[in-house]
Amino acid sequence: MSAITTAPRISARRRRTDKVMRGGLLAATIIALIPLILIIYYLLHKGLSAWTTSGFFTTDPTGSFFGNPGGIRSAILGSLEIIALATLISIPIGIGVGLYLTEYGKDGWFANVVRYFVDVMTGVPSIMFGLFIYIVLVTSRFGGTGFAAWKGAVAISLLMLPIVIRSAEVVLLLVPSSLREAALALGAPRWRVVFQVVLPTSASGLITGSLLAIARGMGETAPLLFTVSTAFGLTFSLGQQMNTMPFLIYTDITSPRTAIQNIAWGTALTLVVIVLLFNLFARLIASRSRMA
Amino acid sequence: MIPPDTTSKGQTDMSTAGSPSERSQTAREGAKPAGGAEKAGHAVKLKDLNAYYGAEHAIKNVTIDFPANEVTALIGPSGSGKSTVVRCINRMHEEIPGARAEGSVKLDELDIYAQDVDVTAVRRLIGMVFQKPNPFPTMSIFDNVAAGLRLTGTKSSNLKDLVHHSLQAVGLWDEVKDRLSSPGIGLSGGQQQRLCIARTVAIEPEVILMDEPASALDPISTLKIEELIDELKERYTIVIVTHNMQQAARVANSTVFMLEGEVIEHDETNKIFTNPSDERTERYVTGKFG
Amino acid sequence: MSASATTATGGRSSLERSPAGRIPDQVLKWGLSGLAALILILIAYFLIRLIGESGHVFSTYGLNFIFGNDWDVSRNIYHGGALVFGTIVTSIIALILGVPVAVASALFINEMCPRRLRSPLSILVDLLAAVPSVVYGLWGVFVLAPKLLPAEKWFASTFSFIPWIGGGIPTLYNYFIAGLILAIMILPIVSAISREVIATVPQELKEASLALGATRWEMIRMSVIPYSRSGITGGAMLGMGRAIGETIAVVLVIGSAPKIGSHLFAQGYTLAAVIANEFGEATGIHTSALFAAGLVLFVLTLIVNVIARWFISRGSHGTRGTGATGMTIASASGSDQ
Repeated sequence: MSAITTAPRISARRRRTDKVMRGGLLAATIIALIPLILIIYYLLHKGLSAWTTSGFFTTDPTGSFFGNPGGIRSAILGSLEIIALATLISIPIGIGVGLYLTEYGKDGWFANVVRYFVDVMTGVPSIMFGLFIYIVLVTSRFGGTGFAAWKGAVAISLLMLPIVIRSAEVVLLLVPSSLREAALALGAPRWRVVFQVVLPTSASGLITGSLLAIARGMGETAPLLFTVSTAFGLTFSLGQQMNTMPFLIYTDITSPRTAIQNIAWGTALTLVVIVLLFNLFARLIASRSRMA
Repeated sequence: MIPPDTTSKGQTDMSTAGSPSERSQTAREGAKPAGGAEKAGHAVKLKDLNAYYGAEHAIKNVTIDFPANEVTALIGPSGSGKSTVVRCINRMHEEIPGARAEGSVKLDELDIYAQDVDVTAVRRLIGMVFQKPNPFPTMSIFDNVAAGLRLTGTKSSNLKDLVHHSLQAVGLWDEVKDRLSSPGIGLSGGQQQRLCIARTVAIEPEVILMDEPASALDPISTLKIEELIDELKERYTIVIVTHNMQQAARVANSTVFMLEGEVIEHDETNKIFTNPSDERTERYVTGKFG
Repeated sequence: MSASATTATGGRSSLERSPAGRIPDQVLKWGLSGLAALILILIAYFLIRLIGESGHVFSTYGLNFIFGNDWDVSRNIYHGGALVFGTIVTSIIALILGVPVAVASALFINEMCPRRLRSPLSILVDLLAAVPSVVYGLWGVFVLAPKLLPAEKWFASTFSFIPWIGGGIPTLYNYFIAGLILAIMILPIVSAISREVIATVPQELKEASLALGATRWEMIRMSVIPYSRSGITGGAMLGMGRAIGETIAVVLVIGSAPKIGSHLFAQGYTLAAVIANEFGEATGIHTSALFAAGLVLFVLTLIVNVIARWFISRGSHGTRGTGATGMTIASASGSDQ
């Protein structure tokens, strides 16, 4: 064996394969981002022009086939109302179940069964929640009404529930057990430990998870189809049919009138902006708590 | 053929020699048989090597000669930079984000840090055995050993022989010959490590780097590995990092003591452990710290 | 375990809590357990009602509901074979188009791109999950379908020799567009889970192949991909579950034709889409048929999700699939509309 003096080389074929495959990975990432860019582009392009039509945010849809189609005020407010109710239902229950799983159930058989079925719930198509509420609350005319906003809120809360539960469990598990033990060792009863140590420590994580669940809930259409249906005018009564942004987009897409199709784009832009704001907010809280 | 070293035949005047590493270098050269019968091998020379993890200056102006076909041990307390030195030799150091190295690392006459050097190709010449055995978990024993060979497109008809050869060289053949297709991770820790050595040896590097190869193993496996190292040095130049001083004493021809990123002393193993020149070396080998 | 030593002042020792003091604890414990039980009861009740409502149609048609191909509202006949076909076909298209791109992007983000780009790129890919289904539908109807039609026509005529894939006359809304939109929709979840799994590959495994003289791609091929295979498969199956259950985006672009389409670019139907379209005006056995479609849909997503989670747990290699993976699965997956 002679002394090594020159740099060795690997075969050209291997070099080429390496370059090609790495280029492929880069290309795939770009391909993955193209739809996002295109969607954002069209949302802005078509939605902004709808935004700038007068009365878009301040008037309600007229429902008339000819003439002024109106704005989307009732849809925005309706969405917010329904989501607010869904949040009120799903967040406390979700965090409660999460607390049960981390503080009491832990690794017991019952807790594991619950966990498993919560997992199952995350995979259920959202239209099924709408069907369920339809069977249980709408056909039975529960509360004296058929379609009602609150029933839609219940359907959406069912959809949000597994998300809240899972993220709550993840976050609550991150609270160091030494913290709990220290509080217990000081003589604090369990409920105090939960409310004064565990919950405050995990607060930002719980908020993040809740915001993400809310963002999901806002964008859902299918659960609303058979529970809330829709209305044109503005209403604050949760016992009646109510307009929502997703529903409005859904019906406006199939309209032959371009003016109404444009409203669909404008509504879509509004919806996406709100959803993105929730997502952004959630991330901000998450990263701020990490830095703290 | 490596040209015979003619500069220092016979006795050398030790008093005029320079640093400890140079002194022992010349002593060894003097001990070489005059004329032919040179052992074929490749030496590694580090010169003014500096390595950084981001802003942290981990290795400072390290200059070491690793003679061909010998085992050189790197000892020192944790954090002294021994692993970093070794990882600079096969340029694994730069795989860590933010890490960089400067200086000269020569494999014979080739400076592997030179501009036009293909890192991937160089790594094939310098094999590495890691502290924790890391066979490929989804591959069989056979495939593990053949992994490096397949990279360079060795024909499958030759693979069987080469794999057999490598497994024999590390003393694993008899233990695994009946289950070559079973998963590599099914072996015991010591066997896994020998499997990794077989994998390294299969591609016939020139140098083998070992980063605490036996520290995760039981004493019997450790002994087997040490015997293996002794046999391997006939064909390879070996650098071994160890925090086990008895191990260094057992396997290494010469030893380098490092502290806080610097080479403190580099000499024949015997001397380091019985009569070190530097006071810090003495304190370390007698167990006063580290 | 309360010590009942009395203190100097007499009375109870501070170590002992009054019975009244224990009430809040008990309330909390049983209250929370009750909530957890409520979830199970809800799911059970849901299944019972669903099976009940669809019983009529299953007793009338038996298994023909799933395998027969004749869904005709006007004749009041409900064999949903075409629906099952459409559901599976669109999901498969989504997998074929979406999974390779998702996994490749995960490999790029984790193994190749400069560190400081990792977070922004991940966020961008995840952003696809934040877009509501109805917006995907909107975009599909007005942008994707019309713009791709010429290309589809070219493809169908150029590759007409391939059975079912080519040879037909593409319609504006068809299986392919539905599958493509689904592929985009499942991208974020498959990519996110793949990224999680790829990140668990131990550094020493990657170093093992690098030390043998492997190029970057060879290292990915030898160390990263085999190790992550199970987990990535699980992620792909979760994506499939999502695709199976997707309603709104699909119903807008699939063409709503309750037949087994004769080619890739033909109109079709899915289980979820038919429910969305026909529920409003259904009565009697029609309603029962739609519930039955829902039941089949539910069972399908259940099976796929169970298989998915099995793969993911296998791919965790000892680490529990909770933590970040749990959060990812929770927020990004979940079949939509």
